[in-house]
Amino acid sequence: MRYTSVFDIIGPVMVGPSSSHTAGAARIGKTARHIFGRQPAKAEITLYGSFAQTYRGHGTDLALVGGILDLAADDENIINSFQLARRLGVEIVFKVVPEESDYHPNTARVRLSDSHGSLEVVGISVGGGKITVTEIEGFRISLSGDSPTLLVFHHDRYGAVARVAQVLACNEINIGHMEVARKSKGDLALMVIETDQDLTEEIIRDVKRIDHVFSIALLKP
Amino acid sequence: MRGEGGLQYRTVAELVALARQQGETIGKTVFTQEVQAGGRTQTEVFAEMEKSLLVMEQAVEKGINEALTSRSGLTGGDAKRLQDYAREGKSLCRGIVFDAVNYALAVSEVNAAMGLIVATPTAGSSGVLPGSVLAAGRHLGCSREQMVYALFNAGGIGYVIANNATISGAAGGCQAEIGAAAAMAASAVAELAGGSPEQSAHAAAIALKNLLGLVCDPVAGLVEVPCVKRNSMGAAISIVAADMALAGITSVIPCDEVIEAMFKIGTMLPVCLRETSLAGLATTPTGLELGQKINAKDQA
Repeated sequence: MRYTSVFDIIGPVMVGPSSSHTAGAARIGKTARHIFGRQPAKAEITLYGSFAQTYRGHGTDLALVGGILDLAADDENIINSFQLARRLGVEIVFKVVPEESDYHPNTARVRLSDSHGSLEVVGISVGGGKITVTEIEGFRISLSGDSPTLLVFHHDRYGAVARVAQVLACNEINIGHMEVARKSKGDLALMVIETDQDLTEEIIRDVKRIDHVFSIALLKP
Repeated sequence: MRGEGGLQYRTVAELVALARQQGETIGKTVFTQEVQAGGRTQTEVFAEMEKSLLVMEQAVEKGINEALTSRSGLTGGDAKRLQDYAREGKSLCRGIVFDAVNYALAVSEVNAAMGLIVATPTAGSSGVLPGSVLAAGRHLGCSREQMVYALFNAGGIGYVIANNATISGAAGGCQAEIGAAAAMAASAVAELAGGSPEQSAHAAAIALKNLLGLVCDPVAGLVEVPCVKRNSMGAAISIVAADMALAGITSVIPCDEVIEAMFKIGTMLPVCLRETSLAGLATTPTGLELGQKINAKDQA
């Protein structure tokens, strides 16, 4: 069954006009913001497919920027997100790739940066306000954001995965879904761990201390 | 994800049987199922639906009282226009049908203007259910609680349509969005008016049958023309379908078979009539001209 709850049908509560082009876009922006972990100084957004064709009329641009500024899909301030970005001093750059591409019709590439670093995320809006993050910093992954998700950037070394799993196990956190992606052998790697329980600050701190782990992010549904 | 295996009904027939077995309305049956499947308390589940009702009420008020304009400028102001016209006492279909149409128009305009709505089942079809349920609920003097359960009823029907067919215009055309919404609303309104679970199912079937084949052909690819007006007409159909079912009229083709037919018709529709704006109203001379104007404005 693709739909498991009556609230998949009566819901989500969202700003219009389109669950895929507006609510989904806001979630992509918000997810990128949360992985980045702070308000960026600059956001460069590239739109593909149907997003590129109809983004203005659907407010896809406003929703993405709203999400990047940490507004939820049901925040009525989304319509004012460009003004909000100006007020907060966040520079916004939009690029559009209107021609046919291999990307899913509703794809956005979001690059967030400031003086401390940058992060690139690719997200697709799969319908009904649901999204899949397909790429983080060039790592090919699949992340829905429907469950609490821990992202662990680490060096590809033996034992790194086991030690992270160990910390979660000791804290009685069950892993619902997990994947590991790496650039090449021994290079940078990323663990994407969806858990059934919420993670505490303490657990996050313990994971951060593990050898070869250099950065982590926690996404809450 | 809530609930591992989903809810304990896969078809409208099973939902009606479940309601009969428990001696409850469809709305209460769907509510109970949701509580059992989701591991949340009754209070939490009820409160989430009540919040949706509140958002719907606010969207109706906003759309009727403020002459909203969409971001593209294609639509807006019609809900207020209709309301002003009703005040002059000239309406031909005054009463529940008129108000349902007016409220549905209001919510759809709020949606097009990037206001707050509940996707039921989608944002593009978000006017139908609030239009019908709020109009019927107010005219029939229903309690808030009854209206919340009516939304559960609608959600139960929509759940079956979404899982056994589709609620996506890109997959099945407008019949999958406005058609599904009208079926959900018809069933909910039949329950609000005191109808049986069977009558709810017939109301849903009658409403959906009359929207079969409806294509998705939005001008400039936006959720505006013809979507806003189709929401209002979907609401009208749902009230009339509920009335017919309450009179004891049955759908010769059972509801689940109508849903299956809708899905099959959807797969047979050419891609140009499934939300791609490559045919239908989108490619009429006026539709094309409006599309070009909006695109030119975008590039400016």
